Amino acid sequence: MLVLTRKTGEAIQIGEDIEISVVSVKGDQVKLGINAPKNFEIHRKEIYLTIQEENADASKGIDNLFNILPKKQ
Amino acid sequence: MKIKTKYHGEIDVKEDGVLNFEQGIPGFAVEKKFVLLPLPENDLFHILQSVSTPQLGFVVTDPFLFTKEFDFELDQGSVDTLGFTDEKNVKVLTILTMKETLHDSTANLQAPIVINLANNKAKQVILNDSNYQTKHLLFAQPEQAGKE
Repeated sequence: MLVLTRKTGEAIQIGEDIEISVVSVKGDQVKLGINAPKNFEIHRKEIYLTIQEENADASKGIDNLFNILPKKQ
Repeated sequence: MKIKTKYHGEIDVKEDGVLNFEQGIPGFAVEKKFVLLPLPENDLFHILQSVSTPQLGFVVTDPFLFTKEFDFELDQGSVDTLGFTDEKNVKVLTILTMKETLHDSTANLQAPIVINLANNKAKQVILNDSNYQTKHLLFAQPEQAGKE
């Protein structure tokens, strides 16, 4: 993993299209500004992991599914 | 084409009914093709069935059925990816995590499935700044659950 030191207002460039800048630093919180093409998905890591886990959970089978789901009246 | 499914056995599905998830879905990045299968005698829920993996099927429903005020703004990247030109082609579903009772089952409102009915492109959209949870209980009042 590449580790870089940056100051507030400085940025890093990833490839042609992606720029990540340090907007502000307050205590242990860092505010980042990200410029990237719209087709790049950018998410807070923990949110992405939560969605992955929820999908894994939801994909598990349940035996009596058809009995659990209510029918339309 | 014939596919094997999780809940429906082996069935014949139409090619033009296949939903294309170009990016897969989180946790299942290689799963890019799904079909929506109806459930017998039940038009409230569907199975979002993987075309290539028989054992991969999600229970999905219309989130507006149980969360009337559900709303979110689709980011421009998703609008472009899905090729929306007309909002009347937007279909939104939510994946359910089923438990032993419907009352304990939850809906993933933080990551709805968005489909463009005009071209069958689909995507599980992650709402970054949302008040919606991955485990939204379907029913606030227990007596509603499973009522016939």
